[in-house]
Amino acid sequence: MERLRSLLFMPGNNPAMLQAGGVFEADAVILDLEDAVAPREKDAARMLVRAALHTVDYGASRTVVRINTLDTFGHEDIRAIVPAGPQVILLPKVESAAAIHDAVAAMKAVERPGQEPVKLIALIETPCGLAEALAIARADKRVIALALGAEDYTASLGAQRTKVGTEIITARNLLVNAAAAAGIDALDTPFTDVNDEAGLTADTQLAKQLGFKGKLCINPRQIDTVHDVFNPSEAEINWARRVLAAIRQAEAEGTGVVALDGKMIDAPIVSRAQRTLALARLQNPQEVEA
Amino acid sequence: MKTVEKPAQAGTLESGDILVVVAPATGAQDDIAIELQSLVMAQYGDAIRETIASTMRTQGVTRAVVQATDRGALDCTIRARVLTALARGGVGLEEGAISWNA
Repeated sequence: MERLRSLLFMPGNNPAMLQAGGVFEADAVILDLEDAVAPREKDAARMLVRAALHTVDYGASRTVVRINTLDTFGHEDIRAIVPAGPQVILLPKVESAAAIHDAVAAMKAVERPGQEPVKLIALIETPCGLAEALAIARADKRVIALALGAEDYTASLGAQRTKVGTEIITARNLLVNAAAAAGIDALDTPFTDVNDEAGLTADTQLAKQLGFKGKLCINPRQIDTVHDVFNPSEAEINWARRVLAAIRQAEAEGTGVVALDGKMIDAPIVSRAQRTLALARLQNPQEVEA
Repeated sequence: MKTVEKPAQAGTLESGDILVVVAPATGAQDDIAIELQSLVMAQYGDAIRETIASTMRTQGVTRAVVQATDRGALDCTIRARVLTALARGGVGLEEGAISWNA
C-alpha cells in the first residue's frame, strides 16, 4: 500500500526548491510546470525538471510532475519529462475521458523500453470535469487518483472561495464518490492560507471525513499537519483491530453474519479496517502487529 | 559542428541558480570563451567552467562566447541552463547526447 497523504507543489523553474524537495518528507513532490511557470520560461523549467528527475534524491517521496494542458504545452512536456522517469504525471483541467486517452497515448509513445509505466492523477478543476469525473476516473488503469482544484472551479461557478468551503462541498462529495466508484484515491484541494494552521487542520479533517485520502500542499509547513490528520488515530486503530478480530472469530465459529457493538460488519467496513491498520503499520511497524 | 546563431540566455540570479548567456563566437575565435562570476570561484570556478564547456561540446558546439553568473548552482542546474540557452540560441539539441551525471 502506498500513501498519498501529502503532495507538495514545487515551482518547476526554481533550482533551490527542486533540489530541496526530498527533505520535507511529503508522500509526493509535485514538480510544477504549469501555474508556477511563466509561459516564456516553460522550456527552461522543462529542462530543469528533467535534470532534477535524473539527479535529485527525493527519498521516500513519489515524484509527480504537473504538466500543462494538452492544448497548450502538454505534449512538449510529456515528450521531455516522461522519458526522465517520473512516477506520476498530474494532468490539469481534465474535462473528459478523451483527455486521459490522449495523455496516455502520448506517454506510451515516449516511454523508454522497460520503463515502469508512468501513472496519472487527473486534476479536476472545472464544472465540466466534475460532471465527467467518473468517466475520467475509469478512463485508464494508469489513473491512480482524482484531485480537486477548487480555486479555478469556484471561479468557474462565479462563487466566492471561502475558508469554510461551503461553495465546494458538492464538488468534494462528487469527486470522492467518483474516485471511490472507480476504486482510486481522492485528493483534496490545497488550503491556501499558509499562515492559518488551525484552518488547515479543520479543512483537512473535513476532507478526511468526506473520504479524501490526501491533500495537495502549497508549502512545506503544511505537511506535518496534513499527515497528523490523515494518520489513523488510536481510536480508529483500536476499532479496526476489533473489526478484524470479530471477523476472525466469526470465521472460526462458522458464523455467517458478523456484528460489532450491535452493528453489522460487511465487506466495505472490513476493507476500511484493513486500510486503517495498513496505514497504521506504515506509520509505526512495531506497535500495530496484532 | 554546430554554432550559436544568436545571443540567448537562461537561468536567474536567484540562490541555487546560474544565469547563462551564450553568443556566437567572434572573429577568429576557435574555442568556448567563458567569462564566469561566482561566489565560489576559488573552490569551484574550474569545475563550473568545465561543466559549461563539456555540456556545449557534447552538443557539438565548440566555438561560442559564454557569460555565466553563478549563485551556487549544482551541476545538473548548470547543465540545464546551458542547454536551454543553447536551444534558445538556435542550436538544435541532440537528445541522445544529453547526460546529467557525466
